Amino acid sequence: MSIVFEKPHALSDVGFHYCPGCTHGIVHRLVAEVLDELKLEGEAVGIASVGCSVFSYNYFECDMVQAAHGRAPAVATGVKRANPDKVVFTYQGDGDLLAIGTAETIHAATRGENITVVFINNCIYGMTGGQMAPTSLVGQVTQTTPYGRKTETQGWPINGCELVSQLEGTALAQRVAVNNVKNIREAKAAIKKAFTYQTEKKGFTFVEVLSTCPTNWGLSPQESLKWMEENMMPQYPLGVYKDKGAKGDE
Amino acid sequence: MAKVTFNENACKGCYLCVDVCPKKIIKKATDRLNVKGFNPVEVTEQDKCIGCAFCATMCPDVVITVEK
Amino acid sequence: MSEKVLMKGNEAIAEAAIRSGCKLFFGYPITPQTEVSAYMSKRMPQVDGLYLQAESEVAAINMVYGAAATGARAMTSSSSPGISLKQEGLSYIAGADLPCVIINIVRGGPGLGGIQPAQSDYFQATKGGGHGDYNLVVLAPSTIQECVDLTYKAFDIADQYRVPVMIMGDGMLGQMMEPVSFPAHDDSVTFDKSWACNTTGMKRKKNIVNSLYINPDELENLVWERQKRYDLITEKETRAESFFCEDADIVLVAYGTIARVAMNAVKKARAMGIKAGLIRPITLWPFPEQEIANVAKTAKSFLSVEMSTGQMVYDVKLAVNGKCPVEFYGRTGGVVPVPQEILDKIVEMSKKL
Repeated sequence: MSIVFEKPHALSDVGFHYCPGCTHGIVHRLVAEVLDELKLEGEAVGIASVGCSVFSYNYFECDMVQAAHGRAPAVATGVKRANPDKVVFTYQGDGDLLAIGTAETIHAATRGENITVVFINNCIYGMTGGQMAPTSLVGQVTQTTPYGRKTETQGWPINGCELVSQLEGTALAQRVAVNNVKNIREAKAAIKKAFTYQTEKKGFTFVEVLSTCPTNWGLSPQESLKWMEENMMPQYPLGVYKDKGAKGDE
Repeated sequence: MAKVTFNENACKGCYLCVDVCPKKIIKKATDRLNVKGFNPVEVTEQDKCIGCAFCATMCPDVVITVEK
Repeated sequence: MSEKVLMKGNEAIAEAAIRSGCKLFFGYPITPQTEVSAYMSKRMPQVDGLYLQAESEVAAINMVYGAAATGARAMTSSSSPGISLKQEGLSYIAGADLPCVIINIVRGGPGLGGIQPAQSDYFQATKGGGHGDYNLVVLAPSTIQECVDLTYKAFDIADQYRVPVMIMGDGMLGQMMEPVSFPAHDDSVTFDKSWACNTTGMKRKKNIVNSLYINPDELENLVWERQKRYDLITEKETRAESFFCEDADIVLVAYGTIARVAMNAVKKARAMGIKAGLIRPITLWPFPEQEIANVAKTAKSFLSVEMSTGQMVYDVKLAVNGKCPVEFYGRTGGVVPVPQEILDKIVEMSKKL
């Protein structure tokens, strides 16, 4: 018998601190699998952000730099400009990337910064206990929108892929999900494409991953997957929003 | 001939693997708790495993190794 | 280029940084330091270096954080309101033990303040500025030549102790021109960069650059370890100059541009028969406490002269430690005092002796 599935090398042996059923772990694994398959572990520097994924510096086996809240794309820019031939990626949540770090995200994209951004969208601030995120859905109940997100006061959710796809510097903007095996495989393919484009110096690559937060959504892991499908996917349709490498999209 | 093994103490009892198994052979092990205090999962009918690795693909905690 | 050239302070700092091996500069325009960026944008491509205009001061300092994390020499530059924005990044840089250089060409504040020279960011620069237990090494040149010499020194101190170093000038120093020479930079000294995140190459264990420590004991130990490094910096790197202090009754303490104005006043006082002297701190942190304490044994009074409402005067008082009175004279909001008004203050003090 031969092994058909095991922990990727680029993922450390440290157990994740994530809550049961939280799909952060799946996305970590996918990034590590891609680093393995493209033989990039020894060529990569990862940037950990602030939020639930802050400890990602413990989980990836490549060099890791922890960044201030929202600043991961700026930190990644510094790392990349000092080492243009190395591979640099950020791993950020929705509060980090689309609230406090919006400027850093947009400008890294518009500069065509040759980095890969793995963006976890779960519609909530997880680490601090479930407050409204910039991506929280209209009507969504969170700790700080106890009556539901109201457009009169909190406005509307931000769609990250649609936003960065408008910028010339973006080479890839794709939204994926990790709610089932098929989508997980597509998510991995998107992450792999993003890293490949980076090695080809195509520009800014952005993979948005719809993810769950069972604890702060107040749902079981199974119910969370269903909630994602029924509520998040209509607001955040899966798909390729920009692909400079695709035929006819150059 | 395929085999799944679980790094039992890393399991957090989310049971996403249970739902995704096409052969429905992964079960919650109700007779024991792991070091984290969760009921882990187990496969009682290993011979029915087809080595599809759906369980390992879905597992958020890299608990599962699949051999074929 | 050892012959003298006429240069603005801002440009001299930029050229000195390049000669110190800084190949990565991240800037954002703000008066009165914009010439640093402008010069870098012209020169960096000529030396195969990088000038990058960031989207904000916040982004610029975080780009420095990233570049410094790879072990490269990196720098950013700004003026007071921009330096306020950089404080978050500076705290992280200090917390992650990253070496880098930050230029602050101070202007009047608070708020948007003005664009004329000031020293009102002394507290911010020398007392940490951002959150947490940390210090920046703060160097205060008073001539354009010293801008060059201290920029060379800044990168070496940063690398040797793994600390951020700030060069604090004022708008006048940044804007005025003086003849300056660029001595050959000593590139023979190498520094340990085994901690740097420049990829493992699958040949070593991974490095982590980080300032997060959830366990309080671990964080406390690291903070105290850093304090020990600060003690070493204080012991080895404290710098000041003193003039006419041996027999001085009235000792002025002034740094940067104002030290030159104060020197003028001291000479005038001496000509009038008043025994005045001057101590010029070159490092504002670590503060030359010992030099001041030594002079305080024989001096009769001290006068802190600043372009602020009185910030360094507190450090002077701590150093003098009650041995004699410490007075203050300052102008603020971008007003540069002239020698006569400082002299008037010296004369007034001499009457109390």
